[in-house]
Amino acid sequence: MTKLPGWQGLQRVALVLGLPAVLVVVWWFASADSDHLVFRPLSEILVAFRETWLGPRLVEDVLPSLSRLARGYAASVVLGVGLGVLVGWSRTLRALLEPVLELLRAIPPPALIPLIGLFAGLGDSRRIVIIIAGCVWPILLNTVEGVRAVDEVLADTCRSYRVRGLTRLRQLVLRSASPQIMTGARQALAIGIILMVISELRGTVHGIGFSVEQFQTSFRYPEMWSGVLLLGLLGVALALLFRLADSWILGWYHGLRASNRER
Amino acid sequence: MLEVRGLHKVYDSHGRRVEAIGELTFTVDDGRFACVVGPSGCGKTTLLRCIAGLLPPTGGEVWVQGSQVTGPPSGLAVVFQEYGRSLFPWLRVRDNVELPLRAAGLPRARRRELATEALAAVGLSDAHRAYPWQLSGGMQQRVAIARAVAYQPQVLLMDEPFAAVDAQTRADLEDLIRSVWRRLGVTLLFVTHDIDEAVYLGERVIVLSAAPTRIREDLAIDLPVERDQLATRSDPRFTDLRAHIYAQIQKTRHPAPQEELS
Repeated sequence: MTKLPGWQGLQRVALVLGLPAVLVVVWWFASADSDHLVFRPLSEILVAFRETWLGPRLVEDVLPSLSRLARGYAASVVLGVGLGVLVGWSRTLRALLEPVLELLRAIPPPALIPLIGLFAGLGDSRRIVIIIAGCVWPILLNTVEGVRAVDEVLADTCRSYRVRGLTRLRQLVLRSASPQIMTGARQALAIGIILMVISELRGTVHGIGFSVEQFQTSFRYPEMWSGVLLLGLLGVALALLFRLADSWILGWYHGLRASNRER
Repeated sequence: MLEVRGLHKVYDSHGRRVEAIGELTFTVDDGRFACVVGPSGCGKTTLLRCIAGLLPPTGGEVWVQGSQVTGPPSGLAVVFQEYGRSLFPWLRVRDNVELPLRAAGLPRARRRELATEALAAVGLSDAHRAYPWQLSGGMQQRVAIARAVAYQPQVLLMDEPFAAVDAQTRADLEDLIRSVWRRLGVTLLFVTHDIDEAVYLGERVIVLSAAPTRIREDLAIDLPVERDQLATRSDPRFTDLRAHIYAQIQKTRHPAPQEELS
């Protein structure tokens, strides 16, 4: 995929990075002479960024946050896909569970935080459960849809060639549902980042969300801004990682769609 | 050997009862090539799905290689009409051909060998690494045929496999099927709505009536074993046979009153 950047490559890079670069420059000059208590100069924020996040906080706050997000997200994928395959497969289970699932999905996960605190304690597990409580639904419901939409001819092909059991699950069901599963996983990632921050606002002394909250209440505004910046950068980095995973898992799907458009 | 005894199929859905197959009885002996032809909507696909064990019959029995069909039998392969939907778009050509072998638990080296042979037999030796959607329709159907060949079936069913490809590709694929059949010695049942195709390919043509389907005629095709798109199709005997079947099918679509009674 990565060819040497020719003229077209340069154009694309310019297109992608152009607006962010302009915004940073505008921010830099507009804020340069600011003596407002909250809106500090960008130069100050960048210094705060380096001093705050590239020091001990990287290990004490950033990594714990990311690790909770990773664990919660991974558990959501396993749970969502596992349950989704079961529910998508069995008509009875679907009829039984679908109204309940729709209801549970409609509850905003932050509303569950006090409730989850009651039974999941106050440690890491509580925050991971909060992330799961939000992330699992889009994955679960999209997997159900994907599993239900398995092509009949492909299913007949598997039956007549006696492709069964685990081979069938892996080669037919999961692969054919993978575009929908990835759609759910993409939505879940955005929800997960939000919940990672929200889950740290109370009951902990570590994490990016906790730190930003703490900087705000202690009037350390450059540090607070640098935390917001960090969250933005992490969001972009995770989205890029997701795109890499997507093109690896769904390469066939994008190719198939492109070839259908040509015909 | 393939035996269909008193096959009867009624679709009953939402209170609407449709008799698709009235009564069908026929046998295809080991290694023979039979074509089934009939007017559109005469239950050809229903018949094929019953034989493949994909659809339970309402009455009667199907026997494949001496055992009664209650689900998809082993040693039977199907090539479907919709090649675009019967190949796995997420698997490369070779993996598509190997998947049934993997499910059957064959060791990797043997799978590789069978897939390579089968792809060579259909003229796709250099397409192993391609995805199906990177190939033309005719090539995709060749992959589906290669998958069936690699499976080493005793009985091969084909459901209008060439209905969706262009005329030139179709002629090539017809010759390919003849050569594959002669090489493998497989029992082949080929369903089509195309009378020319049925006469050109088969040793025998089973002509079906309109639904509820019965056998209208069971006709031996006494053309030479070596068939050629030009020579065979201009053979007077070929023309006679196709005219005869055409007339039979026309009659079944507009039956005379006394025939209704029989």
